Amino acid sequence: MTVRRPGLANRMADNLETTVAFWYLAIAAVGAGALMLVARNPVHSAISLVIVIFHVAGLFVILGAGFLAVAQIAIYAGAIVVLFLFTLMMLDMRRLPEERVTHRQIWLGIPLGILLAIEGVVVSVGTPEISASIKGTFPPATVSELGGSTQALAVSLFNEFTLPFLGASVLLTAATIGAIVLARRVEAHEQADYPQAAEASSPDDTPAEPGPAEPVLEESAR
Amino acid sequence: MMLNGFLVVGALLFALGATGVLIRRNAIVMLMCIELMLQGANVTLAAFSRYLDDQAGFVLVVFSLTVAAAEVAIGLAILVALSRVYPVVNVDQLDSLSG
Repeated sequence: MTVRRPGLANRMADNLETTVAFWYLAIAAVGAGALMLVARNPVHSAISLVIVIFHVAGLFVILGAGFLAVAQIAIYAGAIVVLFLFTLMMLDMRRLPEERVTHRQIWLGIPLGILLAIEGVVVSVGTPEISASIKGTFPPATVSELGGSTQALAVSLFNEFTLPFLGASVLLTAATIGAIVLARRVEAHEQADYPQAAEASSPDDTPAEPGPAEPVLEESAR
Repeated sequence: MMLNGFLVVGALLFALGATGVLIRRNAIVMLMCIELMLQGANVTLAAFSRYLDDQAGFVLVVFSLTVAAAEVAIGLAILVALSRVYPVVNVDQLDSLSG
């Protein structure tokens, strides 16, 4: 029997390495998030989102949640951002009209965002030290006794949160079916249900092909 | 104490995402900004979970990842279905229901 490693959560004192890693990850995550907002090209936004996700995964590692870091990278970078990029590819942004950001949005949105950020930072900095009386039932000693943070997460997930876990599986099934139904092509004989689709599509036998962008756009821009 | 640092990161990511939803008009980028807000919430949940010696926050992050995946699948499917009818991604032009 090898000596059990004390577990990341245990070793994670507020030492110099952790502090340096935290500052790097925090600044890079927030910087990439800001980059995502100013990128004109949606593909650049998606790549910035990947950078944010990897750095937040690093923050999870510092917090002693290695499983969450891996799940984060697998689900977000592996599935969600790929889905974004596929959709960008399918929608073919070059054919679509340019995004127009009006001045009203800028002058209302940025001050509101700054206000929200200031509010959040003030509340965060003002959060008091957590007293021992309100601590939960998984101190680092218990976590390493269970065999690590992943085991502790599993113990909590499959005892206390079994019903929400099953609910999450139902949600994923419903979302999968919903996405398939929504993204399905509308068949020609079903087009009576979607008069605008029939109107927008070209008269020949390609029901899913949207018509020329200009007339439909003017009609919808009204 | 580092808890405050993690909370500040979470708050800043959330504010950036909210700002993006307000100022960007591309529907796909708006969905990405919602993901950014979820990331901020996840950082806050995980930080509190770690410093409160409780696993509930980590479990909630798992559920948050699930909901994010479902939300993106549905949102992008709606966008694809929408783009067949109106080839528009600018949400300001999608005002057919506004009478």
